[in-house]
Amino acid sequence: MGAEIEKSTNAAVVRHASLLSLRGLTRRFGGLTAVDDIDLDLAEGELVSIIGPNGAGKTTLFNLVTGLDRPDGGEVRLDGVPITGFSPEKLAGRGVARTFQLGRVFGNLSVMENVLIGAHTRLRAVKPATPLIGPLLELGLALLRPAAVRAEEEQLREEVRGILARFGERLLPRIDQPAYSLSYANRRRVEIARALALKPRLLLLDEPTAGMNPTETTEMQGLVAELKAGGLTILLIEHKLDMVMRLSDRVIVMDEGKKIAEGAGEDVRNDARVIEAYLGHGLSQPAAAARETAA
Amino acid sequence: MSSWLDYTINGLILGNVYALVAVGLALIFGVSRLINFAQGSIYLVGAYVGWVAVVALRTPLFVTIVLVAAIAALVGLIIERFGLRPLQNSVRIAPLLATIGISFVLDQIVMLTFSPNPRALPSQLPDIRFQIGTGTIGPLDILIACIGITSALLLFVFLRYSKLGWAVRATAQDRDAAMQMGVDVNRVNQAVFGIAAALGGLSGMLVGMYYNQIDTAMSLHATLKGVVAEVVGGAGNVPGAVVGSLLLGLVESYGVAVFGTSYRNLFAFLLLIVVLVFRPNGLFASAKQAPPEPLTGTFIAPSRPVHIPRWALLVAFAAFALLPFLPVSSYVLQTLINAWLFAMLALSLTLVAGTIGLVSLGHAALLAIGAYTSALLSLDFSVPVSMSIICGGLMSAALGTLLISPSFRLRGHYVSIATLAIGEIISLVILNWETVTHGPIGVSGIPPLSLFGFELVGVASIYWFSFAVMVLLALLQVRLLGSHIGRSFRAIRDDDVAARAYGLSLNRYKALAFIFGGFAAGVSGGIAAHLYSYINHETFNTQQSILALTIVILGGLGNVAGAIAGSVALVGLPEVFRIAAEYRILIYGIVLLLLVRFRPQGLLGTI
Repeated sequence: MGAEIEKSTNAAVVRHASLLSLRGLTRRFGGLTAVDDIDLDLAEGELVSIIGPNGAGKTTLFNLVTGLDRPDGGEVRLDGVPITGFSPEKLAGRGVARTFQLGRVFGNLSVMENVLIGAHTRLRAVKPATPLIGPLLELGLALLRPAAVRAEEEQLREEVRGILARFGERLLPRIDQPAYSLSYANRRRVEIARALALKPRLLLLDEPTAGMNPTETTEMQGLVAELKAGGLTILLIEHKLDMVMRLSDRVIVMDEGKKIAEGAGEDVRNDARVIEAYLGHGLSQPAAAARETAA
Repeated sequence: MSSWLDYTINGLILGNVYALVAVGLALIFGVSRLINFAQGSIYLVGAYVGWVAVVALRTPLFVTIVLVAAIAALVGLIIERFGLRPLQNSVRIAPLLATIGISFVLDQIVMLTFSPNPRALPSQLPDIRFQIGTGTIGPLDILIACIGITSALLLFVFLRYSKLGWAVRATAQDRDAAMQMGVDVNRVNQAVFGIAAALGGLSGMLVGMYYNQIDTAMSLHATLKGVVAEVVGGAGNVPGAVVGSLLLGLVESYGVAVFGTSYRNLFAFLLLIVVLVFRPNGLFASAKQAPPEPLTGTFIAPSRPVHIPRWALLVAFAAFALLPFLPVSSYVLQTLINAWLFAMLALSLTLVAGTIGLVSLGHAALLAIGAYTSALLSLDFSVPVSMSIICGGLMSAALGTLLISPSFRLRGHYVSIATLAIGEIISLVILNWETVTHGPIGVSGIPPLSLFGFELVGVASIYWFSFAVMVLLALLQVRLLGSHIGRSFRAIRDDDVAARAYGLSLNRYKALAFIFGGFAAGVSGGIAAHLYSYINHETFNTQQSILALTIVILGGLGNVAGAIAGSVALVGLPEVFRIAAEYRILIYGIVLLLLVRFRPQGLLGTI
């Protein structure tokens, strides 16, 4: 309840300011500059897509924003507060959730448990914020399970069922199956469900439709559109340009670590540098031709 | 009184010997990202082949060297072909466990063939010393230096100028790319294992000659020293391993000079922990490296636990609870008491290694902490035994967690090395801290088990006591696994990167796992101390750690029922079949190998 009020007031205050802003973000690996002086602003409720050929530095950028990697230069701000170099767990606590390009579900955990992990930062009753002895209290409460703890767990489980229901009949029938037994597409869905369980303020989706067939892609596109309509701020990495064009408020194109274009979908699509980046080394000629025929 | 120059020469010679082990470890790590825990066993084989050659066959020195290198290389090739190659496509924990199993099998075979008694290994070289400045140097020192330098040169030429050497380097840099370019990775592995084993075997022979003594306990320490040197130099870095070895040799030699021989190994392990904590990529790694590859679900085998119906558990419980009423011999009860004590250790290890994924190889040290705490409290401070056992559990939880906490950020194999080293450190502290632990004489006259002031006399009451404590700890653990903490532990095990991205603090949950597991192990050690009435620094040793690990793998990682069933099976069955003690460890090793090969998820499955 309190959190909801806080969220709505925040939304009112920072309507025009950016929720996420990157300034001069840079990351080098040896001689390679994977992310090169990137500036980016993401307003509350906006959906921005990042596209670019493989190896352009998109995932590295995600890693820098979510704390899995530290930048060599530049700054990340969330709500105007500098969060550069924060640990991933701290950022999760501040409402940053992400999915992973290669799919990182917890293989031996059931679908339900996977998504419950997403709600970890929202545990209150069982995780008192008492300094020093907090962990020991947590251990004690987990073993004793007073009514408040049981109620919290039950409420979260109910919520997880609600989140899973958004995926139709894809996940609900498999709720108690271990994640390793799921199809590739279902693992991607579990990842997104897990991210939603965090009740994120900022959601970073790294190729949510990779490995999905056209039907599944359309389904995923519908879900992302729903999330956007619900006011969620989303940063999306995606190769399927159709989906990018339909969903995005803005598109950013990266190549060799640099931002080479930014703007509305159609403008970016016709930008000479973007075409060169894609046709020059991103896609081989036959693949481009295949894309033409498909379109 | 030897001079500093003497200690320096001694340190460099020792370093040379460690380098022969460490270079092999670095080569193997380079091409297969595996820390070969069997390296010390090959070193042991080298030492005993040397003994057979020198003492029984009376071969000249040159022939001895060739023979040792050749037989050790052969053992290395056999390990690679039959122990590791079948595991190429299995989960990452499998080869690690396999090398541990192979190491125990080899050590036991050597021990059963030659008996555990130490033997002299004469060097066949004239016993003269040359004066250099204030120090002296003997022919054996020169031989060791020559073999070290020659091996380094040969290795350099091989890696630099031969086609197979290029293949080795290419595989080390990028295995997949090398395979795509047509490099035969199996041949590379063979070459690397052969070379590593030949060097390791030579090292064992030289050390035997250096101290003029060999025994079967050499193996574990050689592995540890080699790993220390390799990690200090940076895992997989061959020149780094040489420098790390020389550094380790000097640190040890100066350390012994200042503090005395009984501290020798302490320095090696402290050096390891310091390096692991502050520079986990070794002293020579560049500061910046690409973030590690995802390990998603590849370290532990995915599996569904076998469902055991509640009634079956209740029947088993009732059967074991009522057992003392049946006409069974006290021998059976005593065996089962031992099984229950091991079950508590296995519960602890299955939580730490199975549920949260920190494969601890020094788990018996937690028993030692609990045992010493409980024994000393009841002896020196007259604390009632049931209270002192609980204090033992708490001390084990606190101290164990504190000692392991610097290693929480390590992953996979490194955790195993760190726990192994910490286990050794604890045992060395117990040995050396005489004012508290009574040092090497141990603690005797420990009061017997008692509950609320009543001494537990008779084997039946001790049986019930240990059974009840074990069941209680198991139930607590099941309850923990069913909570959000159990879920968090398993998430961290399956993918620590994703777990962190969802707000799970690795330090917090790893610490909680060690606190809970440390308590169970400490209680087990405490009960054992009062049961045995005498303990010393060797009562709780690596063999128990390995037995506990085998039990955990047998039962299924993280599986509570599996840990208990595994304990009854591995502690009880050898008694039932009256298998002689010296064959048991061999059997445990073989069981571990078979499990890793054919049922890595254990009998009851990973939870």
